[in-house]
Amino acid sequence: MSEAQDYKYIGQRTIRPDGYDKVTGRANYAADLALPGMIWAKVLRSPHAHARIRSIDTSKAEALPDVMAVATHVDIPNQANPGAINILAKDKALYHGHAIAGVAAKTEAAAEAALALIEVDYEVLPPIMSIEDAMADSAALIHEDLITKGMAEQPTSPSNVSSRMEMNKGDVAAGFAEADVILEREFRTPTVHQGYIEPHACTVRFDEDGQSMIWCSTQGHFGVRATTAALLNLEHSKLKVIASEIGGGFGGKTVVYLEPLALILSKKSGRPVKIQMDRDEVFKASGPGSATRNKVKIGAKKDGTITAMEAHLYYESGAFPGAAPLGPGCMTIFTPYDVPNQYVEGFDVVVNKAKVAAYRAPGAPQSEYACEMLINELADELGIDPIDFRLQNAAKEDTQTLYGPKLKAVGLVECLEAAKNSAQYKSALEKNQGRGVSSGFWFNIGGVSSVIINMNEDGTGTILEGSPDIGGSRASMQMMAAEELQMPTDTFSAIIPDTAHIAHSDTTGGSRTTFATGMAVVEAAADIVTQFKERAAAVWNVTPEQVEWKDGVAINISGDGKMTAAEICAAAGRTGGQITGLGNINARGAGPSFAVHIADIEVDTDTGKSDVIRYTAIQDAGKAIHPGYVEGQYQGGAAQGIGWALNEEYIFNKDGLLENPGFLDYRIPLASDLPMIEAIIVEVPNSFHPFGVRGVGETGIIPPLAACGTAVSKAIGIRMSELPLSPPRVLKAILEA
Amino acid sequence: MATKVNFSSELQKFTGEVQTQVQATNYRGVVAEIVAKYPGLAEDEILKMAVAIDGEIIHEPFLEQIQEGSEVHFLYRISGG
Repeated sequence: MSEAQDYKYIGQRTIRPDGYDKVTGRANYAADLALPGMIWAKVLRSPHAHARIRSIDTSKAEALPDVMAVATHVDIPNQANPGAINILAKDKALYHGHAIAGVAAKTEAAAEAALALIEVDYEVLPPIMSIEDAMADSAALIHEDLITKGMAEQPTSPSNVSSRMEMNKGDVAAGFAEADVILEREFRTPTVHQGYIEPHACTVRFDEDGQSMIWCSTQGHFGVRATTAALLNLEHSKLKVIASEIGGGFGGKTVVYLEPLALILSKKSGRPVKIQMDRDEVFKASGPGSATRNKVKIGAKKDGTITAMEAHLYYESGAFPGAAPLGPGCMTIFTPYDVPNQYVEGFDVVVNKAKVAAYRAPGAPQSEYACEMLINELADELGIDPIDFRLQNAAKEDTQTLYGPKLKAVGLVECLEAAKNSAQYKSALEKNQGRGVSSGFWFNIGGVSSVIINMNEDGTGTILEGSPDIGGSRASMQMMAAEELQMPTDTFSAIIPDTAHIAHSDTTGGSRTTFATGMAVVEAAADIVTQFKERAAAVWNVTPEQVEWKDGVAINISGDGKMTAAEICAAAGRTGGQITGLGNINARGAGPSFAVHIADIEVDTDTGKSDVIRYTAIQDAGKAIHPGYVEGQYQGGAAQGIGWALNEEYIFNKDGLLENPGFLDYRIPLASDLPMIEAIIVEVPNSFHPFGVRGVGETGIIPPLAACGTAVSKAIGIRMSELPLSPPRVLKAILEA
Repeated sequence: MATKVNFSSELQKFTGEVQTQVQATNYRGVVAEIVAKYPGLAEDEILKMAVAIDGEIIHEPFLEQIQEGSEVHFLYRISGG
């Protein structure tokens, strides 16, 4: 394990560099760009959840005087690209809200009016809206050619199951034979949305000279470029993507929906085009999180030793095979536990819903919810405190994971101990109140990151990072550059340049950016230190080895002389040109982050309404570069997970139509719904990062599901097994008890 | 000392065993050895996977060197939200 170190700049709570723009309204989001000659586009969407498209007649729409372009699937240049059918439907409408056609007109109203004139001949088909319906023997097929992958024997007939996977370690049967107590339960989670406030939007311009441009809200502008270029058969060098300020993503903005269509319409009309989804479209057509049905079985000895764990997971992927985050669901479910015998089987199932997209630790909240609920019940059954039960079986350094490798140093035990010592855990509960505890695990990832630090003539530096900032990375990059160069944080500013002005960086996701792009910043800063020494040496007519860089100053150790960064940069023109540091890396060694949450919930037994009265989120950050941002990630993850647990769900009618596509009826928690979430940062350094960083963005959404699920169950004395624990569901359980 | 290569349950369908030993000292050598040893293992599928070398997960292992006595696991690539 790495030892904690004292740092001069990282670990401080600096003023966030994007704060002024955001609170004053100056920040430019996806919908804020307008270009000369710009026209507006709207999307015609399927009114059916499942229908064959016999024909599309756009002639009347095209005849409207203000309409400048209309596009359907046939206008997508690369028809063979598998992503094309979610940009515009081809032969079938696969979900309510599936894009059918796009219209660009001189005004929004004209585009809207033209949509009504497009005639689509549908053959309406029965929708498949649940895992049970999809897997029933008599189920209609969403894709007539879908053969399940991963079966022991290759099936000969199609089904709605796109794949099966399994993972195994030890001997589960022998493990259960050793157990004194075995519990087995089934848990369900609903389709949920990431709930970002800013809808998807873009403004694009197709240029005849081959310098096209996209301005959009995205977690990965290089991904937007790659996807759009592939669909339109464009060279990357002829398409520039600019990432606007982002109003939330949480995985949902790793996906491309509008940009290729907008560029096709721009090409056809010869005008810049803007498209913006409204909230209804966001809910219907942008990626939700996967609904699941998960069966878990756990056995333990009377002394609290878990002997075996088994799970069978069923994940919806929407209508697009393989979209479900089944792999991470299978890999994460049992990772908090050092148990020798574990088995997981998982199925990816297609249904007539929008294509599932990543949602903060994709796949993990659903599976770990099932495991953690059963762990709490098993602790009760054994008469052991749920934190002690977890401590007794906790994963730690050298624990063999179900998915393969042994863990390096991790902070689960430290998080559990912090939870046990927390003020909340020591507090008493009152009538109709319950307490739930849950662990959570997410891998975190590394990947490709590109950074340039341009040193200016006055000795300040501009950091160019290729990772869109969705959670405060600009501040973190400034602080890591400051630490490496030993110069004050406010010496540096940080921006996210467009795809033409920095090399590829992977999408901001997987809790990778502070870790991986931070490593690229450190590499770029180290590059500058090297150049500072060389330049100072040139001025002093000594060798670089005779120059030391200390406390932000070059020191001539073979004689007298000091030079500041400002002095070196001012002289750069005569010592070889301007100074630029480069950090282009493929980061390895991401450190997993464990969390433990405690939820105290009071239930109104007359209405079934649950109120979170106290909540503590504890998580291992490795090293918190900016503790304020880290706490914000913990609190944000907890808030989203509480919403998932208590209220959020897509509600479909019998025809598969979404009935609550708006924030009034799809109810995410408001600030007034939640107490101040207490955040406790645990720091067990990741030895692979120069400052010990682990990612922190995703793990925090995992524990709330079971923490809240258990708290509500205890408050009403009934084991609840299906989310959300909305007032009608809880009241029904109370009345039926 | 050889390098231990561990196979997930999914890969075991093609290898028929949990673990094998290889002499290769880099990632590409490991892939070449196991693809040669297990004809059912498709090289293009293996190359899509991440690896963990002594517990360190590496998504792009193309240039990785492997020390004698190391443990290698092939994993599904993880993305995230």
